[in-house]
Amino acid sequence: MNEAKNLIYDGSFNGFLTAVFVAFEEKIEVSNIQNESIAQQGLFSDSEKIYTDDDKAKRVWNGIQKKSKQASSSLYFAFLSETDGIELLAYYYIQKLFSYKQKVHLNYADDIVLKINQIAKSVGREKHRMEAFVRFQLTKDSIYFANIEPDFNVLPLISKHFKDRYADQQWIIYDLKRKYGLFYNLESVEIIALDLDIAHTNSIYKSSAFTTEEHDFQQLWNDYFKSTNIKSRINLKLHTQHVPKRYWKYLSEKKAM
Amino acid sequence: MSFERIREKLNILADAAKYDVSCSSSGSTRTNKNKGLGDTGTGICHTYTEDGRCVSLLKILMTNYCIFDCAYCVTRKSNDIKRAAFKIQEVVDLTINFYRRNYIEGLFLSSGIFKSADYTMERLIAVAKKLRLEENFNGYIHLKSIPGASDELMREAGLYADRLSVNIEIPTISGLKLLAPDKKHEDFVKPMLKVKNEIIQYKAEKKIIKSTPIYAPAGQSTQMIVGATGESDKDIMYTANHFYKNYNMKRVYYSGYVPVIEDSRLPALGSQVPMLRENRLYQTDWLLRFYGFSVNEILNDVNPNLDIDVDPKLGWALRNMNEFPIDVNTASPKMLARIPGLGMYSVSKIVKARKFRRLNWYHLKKIGVALNRAQYFMICDANEWHHKDLQPAQIKGLILQNSKGKFRSSYSAQLSLFN
Ligand code: SF4
Repeated sequence: MNEAKNLIYDGSFNGFLTAVFVAFEEKIEVSNIQNESIAQQGLFSDSEKIYTDDDKAKRVWNGIQKKSKQASSSLYFAFLSETDGIELLAYYYIQKLFSYKQKVHLNYADDIVLKINQIAKSVGREKHRMEAFVRFQLTKDSIYFANIEPDFNVLPLISKHFKDRYADQQWIIYDLKRKYGLFYNLESVEIIALDLDIAHTNSIYKSSAFTTEEHDFQQLWNDYFKSTNIKSRINLKLHTQHVPKRYWKYLSEKKAM
Repeated sequence: MSFERIREKLNILADAAKYDVSCSSSGSTRTNKNKGLGDTGTGICHTYTEDGRCVSLLKILMTNYCIFDCAYCVTRKSNDIKRAAFKIQEVVDLTINFYRRNYIEGLFLSSGIFKSADYTMERLIAVAKKLRLEENFNGYIHLKSIPGASDELMREAGLYADRLSVNIEIPTISGLKLLAPDKKHEDFVKPMLKVKNEIIQYKAEKKIIKSTPIYAPAGQSTQMIVGATGESDKDIMYTANHFYKNYNMKRVYYSGYVPVIEDSRLPALGSQVPMLRENRLYQTDWLLRFYGFSVNEILNDVNPNLDIDVDPKLGWALRNMNEFPIDVNTASPKMLARIPGLGMYSVSKIVKARKFRRLNWYHLKKIGVALNRAQYFMICDANEWHHKDLQPAQIKGLILQNSKGKFRSSYSAQLSLFN
């Protein structure tokens, strides 16, 4: 009999799928699947290092997609949540998908299915919020720049939206928490890492990295936001429900100017 | 452009535009062409005003100079306020620069009537045309159709705009005479009719010739002010119904009158904005558009106004107890939708679930149907109608007693549902 094993992967989605592939192929009893950056040497279980293999990952991914497109997207969204233990949960989910003929991903009475869907939903919500709340600032080298610090790793999910929309301007969306960003160079989107000495979210401080015109437009937007209010209808509770306070730091209209 | 000058104009011309409640940026499917700027989709709210309304468009007036004197409007000629006018290029620059920073989905451009209807309409069109042709801008554009504008201009407007709207503002012709003596009812209707016909024609042509340009893909909308002229809810909803039916309106908006000026013909300054009434009208609008009700079932000469304490569907049910109970296991979806407390989502869940088994109270709860209101109006498997001895007034009492919190929260006017 196989000992339960702890699979250590490189943190990428393909890495995770490779781990799933290996587990299935070698019929490993999986005790955990862990990102190498946070993996703890298990005291009681064997660890195995997984080397990401895009072909193996692809085979698992195709299998999942063949089962259901909806299930595959829930799975990907949930994976990007990076919540503690998500890999094992995702692994069980995939096991379930493959072991039933029925549309098991629709069985919301199943705890694993329910959990994956709930997490995927939160990630989806944050994706939409980022599409709404990203605020670009124009740098002196003509790049529209934005910082974000999302709870979940949503950059891969918002890339297409911004690429389709802002096809004629260079832009960067940089995740301060995860220390990587997307750079659209007028042709394609690249993944970049930057050395940022300060966060360029919503500060009153006028960074010299940006054009003067940039500060003017922020002022105009800030003014505009104020003048859209109808005082006799004010409802701050509803307001913060729509724009939770933790997002205010992005929003130049929320800056006291 | 001179920043301080623009800033002043923007403050004046955004402030004057905010009473138009429409902020929809959905319903169009413009894609990014030739690596240009922008696209449209399901509509994103980029922020929310402090009164909780979605901000998705840069909503401004071209100018707040106006030759007319409509009593309910801040921009009226006789009002002593600062006036300003944007240049065409200034609006283009603001739109593009806000859009590039991901502040907005597009532009909503309206205007006071300067010189003449056509002169004003021409300037609105000039902005949209410049955005589309010179800036290759594919974001959302909503233009106001200026009452009285010529057919030719309206035809052109739809080639660049996603949505066109004429606000009729006052639901009755007598009210219009009283409050907007310079405006004629026909002036509102004419551009609406033109746009409606163009939409039909362009759609038909597009079926045959694929390269036919799109014309106002997000359709037309209009707005009525509520509570300015003593009109009844029946007046408002019959008018709304007329516009939905005869002008293919996508949306009718209802805007609780915000007193902006002292005028003996209008509610005094400081009067409360009728937000709950506004909310009831939106609920009624919803029943007409999605729940298969016809307007005279809800409002008629016997009941010319909506109940304030209960929503219009419950109000209708309490007046028509002879239609109940409805059997959830056999009734048509159309009838299920008439049960108070059941939304279309619950209706579809019931219809799916009852294919597998006859449903009882327990099943309904399990699939997530809210029963606190519905229970008084329905029966299900092996169940008698629990409540057959209750009088409508008692049912109303019980429901109100059990859902106080909910009703209070509905005071927050624009339900998220309607955005
Ligand atoms: S024509 Fe329009 S802008 Fe002018 S006063 Fe009347 S409602 Fe206001």
